Amino acid sequence: MKFTLSWLKDHLDTSAPIAEIIDTLTRVGLEVESVEDPSAKYDGFVVARVIEARQHPNADRLKVCIVDAGGEPVQVVCGASNARTGMSGVFSPVGTYIPGKKITLAKGVIRGADSNGMLCSAAELELGDDHEGIIELPDDAPAGVPYARWAGLDDPVIDVALTPNRPDATGVAGIARDLAAAGLGTLRTPAPKPVEGAFDCPTRVHLDFAPSDARLCPAFALRLVRGVTNGPSPDWMQRRLRAIGLRPINALVDITNYVTFDRGRPLHVFDFAKVEGDLTVRRARHGQSVLALDGKSYALDQSMVVIADAKGVESIAGIMGGEHSGCDENTRDVLIESALWDPTNIAHTGRKLGIVTDARYRFERGVDPEFCLPGCDLATGLVLELCGGEPSRMIVAGDPSAPRRAIEFPYGEVRRLIGVDIPREEGEAILTRLGFSVGDGQVLVPSWRPDVQVKADVVEQILRIAGVDRAPTTPLPRLDEGVPAPVLTLLQKRTRLARRTLAALSLREAVTWSFISKTAAELFGGGQPSLALANPIASDLSDMRPSLVPGLVAAVERNARRALNAVALFEVGQIFLGSGENDQRMAAAAVRRGMTKASGEGRHWSGGGVVDVFDAKRDAMALLDALGVANTVQVVPGGPPFLHPGRSGTLQFGPKTIVGWFGQLHPSVCEALDAEGPIVAFEVTLDAAPAPKAKPTRAKPKLQRSDLMPVERDLAFVADASVRAAEIVKAALAAERSLVTEIGVFDVYQGKGLPEGSKSIAINVTLQPRERTLTDAEIDAAIAKIVAGVSKKTGATLRG
Amino acid sequence: MSDLAALQRETLAAIESASDEAALEAVRVGALGKKGSISARLATLGKLSPDERKMHGAAINALKDQVMEALAARRAVLKKAALEAQLEREAQDVTLPVRLPGVGTGRIHPLTQVMEEIVAIFAEMGFCVAEGPDIESDDYNFTKLNFPPGHPARDMHDTFFLRPDAHGERKVLRTHTSPVQVRTMLTQKPPIRIICPGRTYRTDFDQTHTPMFHQVEGLVVDQSSTLANLKWVLEAFCKAFFEAPHIGMRFRPSFFPFTSPSMEVDIQCRRSGGDIRFGEGDDWLEILGCGMVHPNVLTNCGTDPEVYQGFAWGMGADRLAMLKYGLPDLRDFFDADLRWIDHYGFKPLEVPTLAGGLSG
Repeated sequence: MKFTLSWLKDHLDTSAPIAEIIDTLTRVGLEVESVEDPSAKYDGFVVARVIEARQHPNADRLKVCIVDAGGEPVQVVCGASNARTGMSGVFSPVGTYIPGKKITLAKGVIRGADSNGMLCSAAELELGDDHEGIIELPDDAPAGVPYARWAGLDDPVIDVALTPNRPDATGVAGIARDLAAAGLGTLRTPAPKPVEGAFDCPTRVHLDFAPSDARLCPAFALRLVRGVTNGPSPDWMQRRLRAIGLRPINALVDITNYVTFDRGRPLHVFDFAKVEGDLTVRRARHGQSVLALDGKSYALDQSMVVIADAKGVESIAGIMGGEHSGCDENTRDVLIESALWDPTNIAHTGRKLGIVTDARYRFERGVDPEFCLPGCDLATGLVLELCGGEPSRMIVAGDPSAPRRAIEFPYGEVRRLIGVDIPREEGEAILTRLGFSVGDGQVLVPSWRPDVQVKADVVEQILRIAGVDRAPTTPLPRLDEGVPAPVLTLLQKRTRLARRTLAALSLREAVTWSFISKTAAELFGGGQPSLALANPIASDLSDMRPSLVPGLVAAVERNARRALNAVALFEVGQIFLGSGENDQRMAAAAVRRGMTKASGEGRHWSGGGVVDVFDAKRDAMALLDALGVANTVQVVPGGPPFLHPGRSGTLQFGPKTIVGWFGQLHPSVCEALDAEGPIVAFEVTLDAAPAPKAKPTRAKPKLQRSDLMPVERDLAFVADASVRAAEIVKAALAAERSLVTEIGVFDVYQGKGLPEGSKSIAINVTLQPRERTLTDAEIDAAIAKIVAGVSKKTGATLRG
Repeated sequence: MSDLAALQRETLAAIESASDEAALEAVRVGALGKKGSISARLATLGKLSPDERKMHGAAINALKDQVMEALAARRAVLKKAALEAQLEREAQDVTLPVRLPGVGTGRIHPLTQVMEEIVAIFAEMGFCVAEGPDIESDDYNFTKLNFPPGHPARDMHDTFFLRPDAHGERKVLRTHTSPVQVRTMLTQKPPIRIICPGRTYRTDFDQTHTPMFHQVEGLVVDQSSTLANLKWVLEAFCKAFFEAPHIGMRFRPSFFPFTSPSMEVDIQCRRSGGDIRFGEGDDWLEILGCGMVHPNVLTNCGTDPEVYQGFAWGMGADRLAMLKYGLPDLRDFFDADLRWIDHYGFKPLEVPTLAGGLSG
């Protein structure tokens, strides 16, 4: 909402300096976004009198002028035909920036005559399109005075960011009311003079609604003014409209715009000659369309309200008028409309049609019903004043009157909510200045404040005008004494732990979009219709992600395009299995590409290389270990279809509790994601990891350690190539449970020296004696049991 | 006994010139071995008269002691030299670079860091951390929060919608974390003190807006909390978060459908170049919105506004991270540019604590 300082002062009698006005606006909740000084643009331009204009000796079309610009007379060469001795105009000395030409004026010699500046046209000052002649000022314009000040172009423009609850502040008068309430001056907004019509308005208005739709147009006032002259509006009005960014059109249209901003009361004017028969206000019919004042055609439907005449739709109610019945310089008889519309319906229609107008802005916030008829009178008065003519009597369809809202308001509410007393006298005075009626433990809300609905809103009025700083700063008492108790849930703690653990594995944390492309979502098991956005901002951000990995792969690719090829990223964030409130999971995932092995990154003298599936497995296991569940997790070869079938594993706690997976991404998935592999990844759903058992004590279980020395033996087996290391380890453990405490795999070999289709797996077995040192015979017997057990389960034999 | 003197000379010279332990051992055997030169002399003593034996014996034994001492000394020198030679052989080029472990090279995103800082502060003040789903019902995201259907305040939110489901319900991506407040009030009895950190979504994408961003909201509901307490909580938070002894704050009246009275809060700062200092300067930066919980919201969530009251606030976590750590562009947060993460990220063990100072 923009307005100028002088416009504000039409409504507010104040001597406060502008800085105080601006501070106060922000302080009462009308946040000042910017203050523009338009005169900055006219820096250097001064009022000047042409002392003498004589023919240029060397050019027919030029004149040499001696100009009084306040100081020593200056000589300029001028090409304008209207330059003449004795006239007053606007002079710019050498060094002035000319906005209309985007140049800085330099001293010149034109056809042999010195020129020390310029007499300016309206176009050069961007004050109009006229560049034929120079600006002519009245004879009494004082030479030497800055032109902007003399012409009233130095009126500061204040832009206020309005919150959507303040329809009253969409007019300068409402803003002045707040300032007056805050003690910055006296409100002096004149009440519109009622206009006595001389004849009946020949156009009738019909509100054609079903009773249940009556709210769509509570009231519609109309008046004809005949015999008007619709030329340009006066300078003062044009200046104000231009200052707030509106383009003056003609007096009738400018009057509607002016009242819109002056009082927050949008109006519409129809050219009576172009309206056929009566006006009907009704729902639009499906398939109808209207050519609006912005030159565009809008397709309408039954949810929208229109104003139609005998021929068809003439106006989109409360939003924009129609081109056909618009007023132009030929308009002789004008119909002035002042109506009330349903805010919700206006908002809906505006959104649907994509039209943003000053009228919609106000009607969807709710304009003052009590100003509906005075608004029509105010506009009529301005038409009579600026365009002449003769007014009809006003006709009103519907009824704009509405009872004022009463709110029970025990004054103690102020202290209850803000924690300090604002004296009752002061608080009630504020309410009164804002237009509230106070008495008997209740307040009556003025018609222009539909936002004030409950006690708290009344407190807010007092607080914001008295000043938010009046509320003290009071410590919030603790709910319980002493050291605060821990507040994080298990999942919250695990989420944090996952992040720190993965970062400690040299992974970099990424935060990627929660939405990904449909293609990517489908590849990773998502893409169902319930998780598709109805209004995505881009086609590759269309579906809620079923996995963190596609987003991370995309991030890896973005880095690769910047020649950062070795990338290891992780993310801990939400994934979506469905749109229900229990379908969201917290996942942790990492992606490695290029030389980012878990053991060390990049090419290095000490070794390294390109990532493989075991880097992903290590990341996953490190995370599960940090969560305290690594020792019970099962690793089952193979995984979801987006992984390499031979280089992937599923992590589970039993077949029904799958917690995640690791592996190399399937080459065809990399191709579909437009990513260069090999890429390895893992993903674990943190919610799915079993919770630790609740324990009654923080004490750790007693350490069990033997004084007897453990015995280690190495065993190399030759097995079929299809036999998995885990099967051999499991069989060895099962064969001698009482003594074996640990089994490691320290060598895997396949190739020369072994039969085709077989491999060697070497394990080291730790035997821990329980009661006494083992004899050699006992050790041999245990080892023999292990070998036999492994052979039986896997067909492996001890390597010779 | 000039020959004994000669033997002494020769033997000591041999010891001195032995270049390694083997040569030294040969000298020892030559002198003190069974057939050694000194041993031979000692063997001759038995044939001498007692007087001669006494005289010669003492001299030879003295020589023997002297030689043994010289041998020990020389052995020590040679051992030291051999060790030195070994160490020299074992020398390595320690200028070769090593790899830092993951605790040095891994990085935590600034947003995670800031979220943990915020939680640390509010946990100390006795606030729990509440969470809720990103995909919300229109009812929880808007209606229960006192956004009437069709109200222009909904327009301010630029909402992402999901496709209507089989029942015709159209879910939204939550535009703020306020629905978590609704969920908490519907399931917990006052007193309530929570913060709600989380992802939020609006259909905005330009230099200062991303379609996904992060908020931390707070809610206090009990029978006595006032706007004065709200001011204290926010001032205490800002001081702790920005780690400055004094933070200038400005509370401005504003509007949110779910609070009344409502305010926006600016903090005082000085900007010079890319640098921001807090607690000084003439600039004001908006950092959060807040207010007393609107009675309609309390009622909608099953809490009697005549008995209970409270306050709520919401702030952009991304924006707080940008301000505190001087991150210039919001869009970088979600781009995962390795150079950005390495530069602006935090090391894995830099866990924010109040005891150690949030930023260490």
